[in-house]
Amino acid sequence: MSLFPNALVLLGKELRTEFRSRELLTTTVVFILIVMFMFSITFQPTSDESRQIGPGLLWLAFLFAASLMLQHCFLREQHNDTLSALRLSVSDPFAILLAKLAANTLFLLLTELFLLPIFALMYNVSVVRVVHWLALAFFLGSLGISIVGTALSAISAQARMRELLLPVLMLPLLTPILIVSTEVTKALFDRAPYVRWQGIGFLAVFDVVFLTALWLFGEYLLEE
Amino acid sequence: MMKNILAAAAVFLLLGVAVYASFFIAPTDVKQGLIYRILFLHVPSAWTGLTAFFISFLANLLYVWRRQPRWDWLGVSAAEVGLAFTTVVLVTGPIWAHPVWGIWWTWSPRLTSTFVLWLLYVAYVVLRTLIEEPDRRALLSALFGIFAFIDVPLVFGSIRWWRDQHPQPVVMGEPGAGLDPIMYKVLLFSWLAMLALMTLLIRQRYRLEAMRGDLETMQQELEVA
Amino acid sequence: MTPPAFSPVALRFENIDKRYGGLLALRGVSLTVAPGECAVFAGRNGSGKTTLLRIAARLVRPSRGSLSFSNSSCDDEKSPVRPGFVAHATMVYDELTAEENLLLFARLQTVSRPERRVEALLEEVGLSDRRASLVGTFSRGMRQRVAIARALLHEPAVLLLDEPATGLDPPGVAWLAEAIRRLRDSGRTILMSLHGESEISSLGTRAIRLDAGSVVADTRTGATFRSVLTFADA
Repeated sequence: MSLFPNALVLLGKELRTEFRSRELLTTTVVFILIVMFMFSITFQPTSDESRQIGPGLLWLAFLFAASLMLQHCFLREQHNDTLSALRLSVSDPFAILLAKLAANTLFLLLTELFLLPIFALMYNVSVVRVVHWLALAFFLGSLGISIVGTALSAISAQARMRELLLPVLMLPLLTPILIVSTEVTKALFDRAPYVRWQGIGFLAVFDVVFLTALWLFGEYLLEE
Repeated sequence: MMKNILAAAAVFLLLGVAVYASFFIAPTDVKQGLIYRILFLHVPSAWTGLTAFFISFLANLLYVWRRQPRWDWLGVSAAEVGLAFTTVVLVTGPIWAHPVWGIWWTWSPRLTSTFVLWLLYVAYVVLRTLIEEPDRRALLSALFGIFAFIDVPLVFGSIRWWRDQHPQPVVMGEPGAGLDPIMYKVLLFSWLAMLALMTLLIRQRYRLEAMRGDLETMQQELEVA
Repeated sequence: MTPPAFSPVALRFENIDKRYGGLLALRGVSLTVAPGECAVFAGRNGSGKTTLLRIAARLVRPSRGSLSFSNSSCDDEKSPVRPGFVAHATMVYDELTAEENLLLFARLQTVSRPERRVEALLEEVGLSDRRASLVGTFSRGMRQRVAIARALLHEPAVLLLDEPATGLDPPGVAWLAEAIRRLRDSGRTILMSLHGESEISSLGTRAIRLDAGSVVADTRTGATFRSVLTFADA
């Protein structure tokens, strides 16, 4: 049972390489910021309109940003064929995927943490009262994006046109996350905020289903 | 060869009977008139498409497990045939919707789910064109096919859940629910005919893929020799 | 070199085919490498050397046939033999330091007392004073030293070296030859692919020539040894 120790060591490596350069995080944050700003000046929404379209916009921006950010998670390993070194070293290849998806979830959450206050200011939405519920929704949604995205980036890294291919594979698969996360967030942005338990439950089910699928089939994604 | 022609003839006979039944046996709908008859093409196509995707899913699982090229061939054949039937659903939907609802397209849950389903399998086909090496293409597309099929109930579920909060003005009832018993029988018979067509198409597509695989092998053997 | 923490291991390839689509990279390779043998694989580019080594490392699964390791003392099921592998690519991270790289892989392989092991290996490959530099800033020769150190972390009983001298300058080659000689003398089973003759090829106890995925020559005797290595290059 060295799955979790291995995954932990690998997670440490992912975080160390990212925080050394912070390239990925800064670029992603700037990207989402630009998208939000563009939307804001294009539609100039009033506070009520923002409550309606804001959540969808926010999740779309996260989804697009993730589809760009996740490109790198396996390309990085191709450069010096470090993926082979990892496969030779770990006893369960799932550890590699687990570490990557944990790192990706963390990176997504960090960008969201940074962007939420800016969004709240730009779009005139008050989030202070519901921040813990938002955290839960953002966590479940980002976890789902990372699970599916990590698996698919392992696929797209082995194909041609990979930059374009990843969103093509990823976005349709993630429609459920987009729809449900948006609805849950919308309810929390309401003038009288409320928690959509059904939606939260759905996100959890989505995460469990795909985590199981990744656990069952993940090792084949890394085969040579 | 002879067998193929006979099989094809049988399938077209079945389809012919289904068409005849849809136009002349099923009674005309009181409210919608003639246009409702497109239902006998639309609904069985949707069911048949899903059946084909399910076959593709099973073939994908078998490929990952056994690694025999034939499961790859079956996987891609069934997925493409499923895609064709789903395309029929997406085309016949608006043809029916325009006179009945007054609009060509609406983001009703059923249409939206079908559209996402269609996109998933388009992505599967696109993925296959972008990987050169046959074994890798087979394995990675099989894995994507598995993820895509697992996603289908989640897509339908999420869109339905979403719809509950935003009711659409006109939504078609559950298929078969309010149907006249004769209509229902015709519908089932049409589905049967479509399944026969699906089997025929998958079989032909599979043979093509098998020949392509053999050809690839022969070409590369020649290059080595 | 530390005293061997292993018992000698033999490798056995049985009727191995590897197919990349229609291309047969290996066809019907059957080969037994005895414990402690140092086998040198020669052959043109594309003859299947790399594929064979990657199969031995269990990175690539053969399309047909099987690979087995036989170890007199331990059960392959319980503690599978993990060969040390040096490939064309360095298989280490440019954005980590030499020490971080080695520590990472040592921990993944659950090497006991990783810090100490890494310390000793850095010493052995002569990188102690550059341990805190990013591998990305290293010369090709220094990277190759890190790559070799990485392969030796868990004291493997089997070593697979895919053209290990690539990119090394003459002193580097001399160092590598010395390192391989010590590893061979410590009883490790070594499989390496090489281009032509060199100081390193003379360490081999057996020469095997591959052509278009098949073994075409295999010798242990000195007289034919050289001709097997140089046969197509001559």
